[in-house]
Amino acid sequence: MTGPAAKQPLDDRPAALILEGVTRRFGATVAVDAVDLTVRSGELFSLLGASGCGKTTLLRMIAGFEIPNSGRVLIDGQDVTHAPPYERPVNMVFQSYALFPHMTVAQNVAYGLKQTGMARSERDDRVQEVLALVELDSFGRRRPDQLSGGQRQRVALARALAKRPKILLLDEPLGALDRKLRERTQFELVNLQERIGTTFILVTHDQEEAMTMSDRIAIMQGGHILQIGPPREVYEYPTSRTVADFIGAANLLEGTVASVEGRSAEIRLQATGGAAMAESDIPLKTGDAVTVMVRPEKIQAHRASTGAANELSGTVIDIAYLGDLSIYHVQIADGVRVQVAIANRRHADEAPFTWDDAVFLSWHPGDGVILIT
Amino acid sequence: MRARTSIASGLGRRLVVGTPFFWLVVFFLAPFAIVFGISLSRSRFGVPPYEPLWQNGALAARLDNYAFLLDDPLYLTALLNSLEIAALSAAICLVLGYPIALGVARAPKSWRAPLLLAVILPFWTSFLIRVYAWTGLLKKEGLINDALIWLGLAAEPIQMLQTDFAVHLGIVYSYLPFMVLPLYASLERQDMSLLEAASDLGARPWRAFLTITLPLSLPGALAGFLLVFIPAVGEFVIPELLGDAGTAMIGKVLWTEFFNNRDWPLAAALAITVLTLIVAPLAWLEHLRLKRSEASQ
Ligand SMILES: Nc1ncnc2c1ncn2[C@@H]1O[C@H](COP(=O)(O)OP(=O)(O)OP(=O)(O)O)[C@@H](O)[C@H]1O
Ligand SMILES: [Mg+2]
Repeated sequence: MTGPAAKQPLDDRPAALILEGVTRRFGATVAVDAVDLTVRSGELFSLLGASGCGKTTLLRMIAGFEIPNSGRVLIDGQDVTHAPPYERPVNMVFQSYALFPHMTVAQNVAYGLKQTGMARSERDDRVQEVLALVELDSFGRRRPDQLSGGQRQRVALARALAKRPKILLLDEPLGALDRKLRERTQFELVNLQERIGTTFILVTHDQEEAMTMSDRIAIMQGGHILQIGPPREVYEYPTSRTVADFIGAANLLEGTVASVEGRSAEIRLQATGGAAMAESDIPLKTGDAVTVMVRPEKIQAHRASTGAANELSGTVIDIAYLGDLSIYHVQIADGVRVQVAIANRRHADEAPFTWDDAVFLSWHPGDGVILIT
Repeated sequence: MRARTSIASGLGRRLVVGTPFFWLVVFFLAPFAIVFGISLSRSRFGVPPYEPLWQNGALAARLDNYAFLLDDPLYLTALLNSLEIAALSAAICLVLGYPIALGVARAPKSWRAPLLLAVILPFWTSFLIRVYAWTGLLKKEGLINDALIWLGLAAEPIQMLQTDFAVHLGIVYSYLPFMVLPLYASLERQDMSLLEAASDLGARPWRAFLTITLPLSLPGALAGFLLVFIPAVGEFVIPELLGDAGTAMIGKVLWTEFFNNRDWPLAAALAITVLTLIVAPLAWLEHLRLKRSEASQ
């Protein structure tokens, strides 16, 4: 895991990339819509979103393959909005890797260096250095079709890193790898990024990948950025229903504000008519329509009422056994279900609840997040 | 159940492999054997115009015809001349065909089919008529000379018909589609993200073309070159209609031996020699290529 705390604080570092109102249209579709974004130097930044939300288009505008219809792209303080790809100090790891099939691994890695006219001996040293970095020292003479998927991915990485770009762009770099290899490669990528300190901008639709790897995540939808923040922040304090739903599982309960006391508020739930406690940084007033978001693992389930202020009662109607934990689906009103995650510390046959059990659910008021509907 | 499917698929496989094999035997090997047989016999007056190979229960094969081919420099000259004209024409086809193929391959998707159709459109009229039409264009009082004189670019008609220039022109014109099609196939197949990767790594468009597009299209270029070169070597109609009487191309010499001199055995020996000279190096090249791709596995 990256520890942003161990590094220099993000906000103090210079900006590697600034996007100002960047928009890209394809005919009637607006692929990227007036996006503002600042990525700090040395950051591992993720663009996360569902298919078609504009992640690739945004990345391609940074690389120079797409020119924005409006807005500006600044890399290292330089306006490169209209500069062609070959003049930008960024390199890209393509989703399909795009390795040159008629060149060896070493020739692939050397390709970018050749374009700069670097001396032969220096070039050879650099190629060896980056191949060592991705642990492919002895593969220089192979051709891409003689490598496994994971090895190809690392060649693509080495090729993009060889020119020491200011920013490394990665478009779903792990998408073609199987699950085990993907998880291992995620950690290797993060370690590598910490060692060389290059700014990484990573596109992914896999929220787990974004969570484990990134210093900060931007969640995109329909060409907009909905929220930007460190993984913990977007998980614990989503600012919209979409983000809450997209990152991890979320229980979303609709209601109206009954009373406000500082940051905390009492919400009258639409489904049960009962009360629920939650917190918010947004100023609220009585009568506002809001949504309370509670993560499944933040909810405690009991057989008997504990008399807590925010308590829901319901019936277990479904149990999903996931190995390390089980998800209990509890019906609290007609058609309204709440998911509760409980770790399986004992054998599954000693599960605390079973189908049709009556349960009482409660959570710490601070674990309920109020979203404006 | 398993056994049955494997028998069925075994039969199916034999059929699939057998069809081209059968085709080769009936339409290539058998005629080749017949022609080879004729090349070993001696010409005579009569029908057929050669002596049978079996005479009085003994094989009467002789290599006289091959010896004669080596003796008379006419044949070697004609062959070298043909190779030269075919190679130069194929090279011109490559230079002209590459931009055409690249243009079609990089055109918007909906344009490609109509553009390809335009490339092969000439095939809809007879080859003979198209070549003959060039005589009307190239002759002294033809369209091109008239235009040149009218424009003041030439004082008097230029001799274009019955020159080597006309032969090259005819071959390039007739065989250009055979160059464009395989080139197009290899260019169209190329992964465009490779060019983006090259650009991303700092290569300007021209360098990206030279280092990525061009080398990856070489197999297509080779296929196109051979598709033009091989038939052009044996071309008869084009030198006959557009070349002058002195242009000795091997196809014309063959025709003369066969129809004018009625020397079937000599014509057969010539045909076998030319075929061997063209096929042998190609088979060897293919063998090398296979060995290399096996070695890289
Ligand atoms: N070259 C193009 N021409 C027309 N429309 C395009 C083009 N490229 C992208 N789009 C459209 O722009 C929108 C965003 O596409 P983009 O490829 O950026 O999505 P994405 O977030 O990368 O999706 P995915 O996760 O599926 O890769 C989509 O609606 C897509 O259809
Ligand atoms: Mg994409």
